[in-house]
Amino acid sequence: MSLRRPPGEYRSPGSRLFDILNVALLLGLALVTVLPLLYVLAASFATESEIASRPFFLWPRRFITSTYEYIFETGTFVRALITTICVTAAGMVIQVLLTFTMAYPLAKRYLPGRALVLNLVIFTIVFSGGLIPTYLVVRDLGLLDTYWALILPLAINPFYLIIVKSFFQELPQTLEEAARIDGCSEFGVFWRIVLPLSKPIIATFSLFYAVAIWNDYMSPLLYIDDTRKWTLQVIVRQLTGADAENALSRLDSVLFPVEGMKFAVVVIATLPILFFYPFLQKHFAKGVLIGSVKE
Amino acid sequence: MATDLAPPEVKAVPAPVRRTRMSPRTALLRYRWLYLMVLPGLAYFLVFKYLPMRGLTIAFQDFVPFLGYEGSQWVGLKHFEELFTGPDFGRLLGNTLILAALTIVFAFPAPIVVALLLNELRLGVLKRAVQSLIYIPHFLSWTIVASLTYLLFSVDYGVIAGLVHGVVGGTRVDYVAQAEWFRPVIVLQTLWKSTGWGTIIYLAALAGVNADLYEAARIDGAGRWRQFWHVTLPAIRPTIVVMAILTSGHLLDNSFEQIWLMTNSLNRSVADVFDTYVYYVGITQGGYSYATAVGLFKGVAGVLLIFGCNWLAKRLGQRGLF
Repeated sequence: MSLRRPPGEYRSPGSRLFDILNVALLLGLALVTVLPLLYVLAASFATESEIASRPFFLWPRRFITSTYEYIFETGTFVRALITTICVTAAGMVIQVLLTFTMAYPLAKRYLPGRALVLNLVIFTIVFSGGLIPTYLVVRDLGLLDTYWALILPLAINPFYLIIVKSFFQELPQTLEEAARIDGCSEFGVFWRIVLPLSKPIIATFSLFYAVAIWNDYMSPLLYIDDTRKWTLQVIVRQLTGADAENALSRLDSVLFPVEGMKFAVVVIATLPILFFYPFLQKHFAKGVLIGSVKE
Repeated sequence: MATDLAPPEVKAVPAPVRRTRMSPRTALLRYRWLYLMVLPGLAYFLVFKYLPMRGLTIAFQDFVPFLGYEGSQWVGLKHFEELFTGPDFGRLLGNTLILAALTIVFAFPAPIVVALLLNELRLGVLKRAVQSLIYIPHFLSWTIVASLTYLLFSVDYGVIAGLVHGVVGGTRVDYVAQAEWFRPVIVLQTLWKSTGWGTIIYLAALAGVNADLYEAARIDGAGRWRQFWHVTLPAIRPTIVVMAILTSGHLLDNSFEQIWLMTNSLNRSVADVFDTYVYYVGITQGGYSYATAVGLFKGVAGVLLIFGCNWLAKRLGQRGLF
């Protein structure tokens, strides 16, 4: 893309100056994005006194891991970590299965009733029952204080459903027809032909869904009262929010490295996302763009 | 590999009948697998999206959970009257609209500007590196963003608070607690979290600009600035309009998590918006009916907004969403 325009034209001093300022500005932007994260990472390995005395650093003077050791010995935290991992994994599988099985038939233009279902889906993007009625439904189903409440109310993202449907519509139909002639049922076609062709998009939406559950704070806030069912995001909030002091007293044990813990908990809650980010990045732009092109 | 499996004559096989109307029974039988596959997802939408819409009726009732949707007493528009004449409405509307206005002024143009600047970068490696870094915050939760804010802006040891104090002097300011700093902090958070991600759609539009247009402009003697003004900018205008409509439809939807996480007892007067108010009144105080009425008012206003903006876009000669 950079070769689109010949370089010769940018010789003028004004143009040069703009280029320099532009590079500086964008580098500054990238730094502003990353530096807070790097500081938090460094501070999570620093001692309490260093956090209190040094305003900003990217490498601790004394490198300690005792904060993490302390955290991983705290029952509440370990339980929340395991809970979050399990809920995220289970939720991701359920969401992806539901989204893809529903999107496939909706991609078949000849299916009677398809338009009706699609309109039902699209309407929920524009209008929803809102927080309280949804809460009451979840309560009436007996899902309060269960892990299901963190998964089922968000089981299908209508935007993702529409994007996956568009993707299925683009797939070459000849393969599916061949399989049908060979006596494959529609579900067989879906399972043996279509899904293997969809691996990249399955990967993309698995990660999108996983990130959404991992990051979800509203669902546990609404539906979970039992502190033993807390997720990581709740712990992060309890430790670093405005009411931190109050919450610290509710944890299992007496806590010592209070400031360091705040940083370390943020790191632990962020790290899995940053770990998957490089894999995610390869696909996500594509995912976003399929959605925007197929308006 | 896979395509080799399909013999050429397969193409001659007619696709399943499309035009002829079949009776529902034939359709059900013929496409039973497809319908079966729609079923779980459809059940989700009916239970978790449409059942709550039925529950909206409690906005017109004095809902008592024990009596249920049928048994609770109907009270007409009582809760709406209470909302519109009550002391909270002006504050909620004001806070919501001010945050919406700040979003339009700062958060909406920011990705456009950054995308245009990125588009002018000639070093491909640098462009990709900057992109990779500025997308990251989109994937972090609001809890993390709020925590970062507390850690960086806190009075005691927050880096940024300390930095500002060092430059400006005076008494130390508690940016996360004081009401007058609530809105600037929210805007900063939004900018930090979503500017980078927002560039994707504009960068895609910019990548689609026909190179011949630049060529032609150059031949006509257009310099860099004129090429930008007459080729680049018109090329992304439709994208800007679509994004504007989408954004405006969600103007009343303040990010619940973001605001909730930054609210404290000191800044409630500026922090309370419809979304957090619904939670506060409905869930923590148990005023289900009143809170539902507030939510319903906001939902209907949101629908009107999105249709209104779409209409406006069409009147201004742009292609709308629908």
